[in-house]
Amino acid sequence: MRYLVSVIDDKITPGSTDRQPAISAFNERLIAEGHWVFAGGLAAPDTATVVDSRGEEAMVTDGPFLESKEYLAGVWVWEAPDLDVALALAAEASKVCDRKIEVRPFQ
Amino acid sequence: MSDTEAAITQAHHEEWARVVAALTRRFGDLDIAEEAAAEAFVTAVERWPADGIPPNPGAWLTTTANRKAIDRLRRENKRDDKQKEARMVYDDDPPEPLGAIDDDRLRLIFTCCHPALAVEARVALTLRMVGGLTVPEIARAFLVAESAMGQRITRAKAKIKAARIPYRVPSAEDLPARVSSVLTALFLVFNEGYLATGADTDPLRHDLTAEAIRLTRLIRALLPDNGEVAGLLALMLLTEARRPARVSAVGELVALDEQDRGAWDTALIAEGHRLVRERLAAAAAGVAPGRYQILAAINAVHTSARDMRDTDWSQVLALYDQLVRLEPSPVIALNRAIAVAELDGPEVALAAVDRLEHKLDGYHPYHATRADLLRRLGRSRESREAYDKALALAGNTAETAYLTRRRDQLR
Repeated sequence: MRYLVSVIDDKITPGSTDRQPAISAFNERLIAEGHWVFAGGLAAPDTATVVDSRGEEAMVTDGPFLESKEYLAGVWVWEAPDLDVALALAAEASKVCDRKIEVRPFQ
Repeated sequence: MSDTEAAITQAHHEEWARVVAALTRRFGDLDIAEEAAAEAFVTAVERWPADGIPPNPGAWLTTTANRKAIDRLRRENKRDDKQKEARMVYDDDPPEPLGAIDDDRLRLIFTCCHPALAVEARVALTLRMVGGLTVPEIARAFLVAESAMGQRITRAKAKIKAARIPYRVPSAEDLPARVSSVLTALFLVFNEGYLATGADTDPLRHDLTAEAIRLTRLIRALLPDNGEVAGLLALMLLTEARRPARVSAVGELVALDEQDRGAWDTALIAEGHRLVRERLAAAAAGVAPGRYQILAAINAVHTSARDMRDTDWSQVLALYDQLVRLEPSPVIALNRAIAVAELDGPEVALAAVDRLEHKLDGYHPYHATRADLLRRLGRSRESREAYDKALALAGNTAETAYLTRRRDQLR
């Protein structure tokens, strides 16, 4: 079973910025235990561009599709046998990243 | 009721959870398990009057439900994960052994009360899958439209399936935290029965309190060494014991000081006291009690007293102090103040209660407690105002009647 694990940051009270060594160590463990599929950090939301080509012409808009206090800072894709395993890893991930984590199953 | 009807009702009470749980284990799907269990009971209603009650109703129901589930899967064979279903149909392997506390029903309760589900969904799902209540019954109990309750249950089942919430008793290290989620759900069911909300419902819902006690007894049988389970069971029994004295003939709530203690259920009290003594012995041996055990001990003090004056209030206060340290909530501070009033007088208690205003302004017992303390201090005008605030927030018909009479007695 695959889960999308989103790292949620907060513009008003952001998490600390010195997390990379701890995250790398955690990633090594995910790989060693067979949970790792993919991961990546994202650039700031204001670097986003939204494209809407449902009409005749493609509309290109600057900025994220949603202006909010909370935003997506990065993602993992994990392989885990069930939600309890994913949630236990997410609890560690939240500590390691110093941010909230959303766990959502793939269909 | 005929003997057969009585046997079916009894089987429904005793075997529903076992049948649903056994099918969930085999088919890995709550919907299939629930529908097949329901069909098996329908078949029992059709067949038992003619064929007689089977010697082992539980086994008969499980076998019948298994067959219904397989029939259903074969009928729906067009569905996408054909192979997975085919495997389930032929999977007759015994369940993997999982330790002493394992039981299919216990796994079912832990699945329904998983922390990834909303609290209301946990309560509803537990009543449906473990308690066997129908969706309309659960909707009525929580004053929610049937369609909304149906959706809540459907959504919870869909999340269990899509997110793969496991059908499993948590590991020993996770058990205490997960048991507390189960106990919260059961306590909510009990409380709704003990002080039901709504203008058109009975003020006391014995069906809900009885169901909560029955399910807690089940958990107790499955986890006999868990102190909080014993504590919650004792708390429920000692509270339920006072039910016969709690509402007057005219439908008014009767406060503890005016209750006819002769009407209390002595058998429930004896059982509750036995459990509290068992936990006290454990506490003496160094096991720190949790909130339900302390609340049960407070209720044991109340149910030991011959009348209100005879109550050992210093003991009650000491227990509240212990509870406040464990769980510093304003509601507990409010209840503690009621004991303070008995020991140090209403003036001291009122000062403590007034400090809680900003946290409890929307909570009717806060205003009702204040009203009572102000009444005892002879501050009638302020007392009347507090009763009015309490009445505007109270949702229980018997409690409204009580508060109205108290207010109207003020000169």
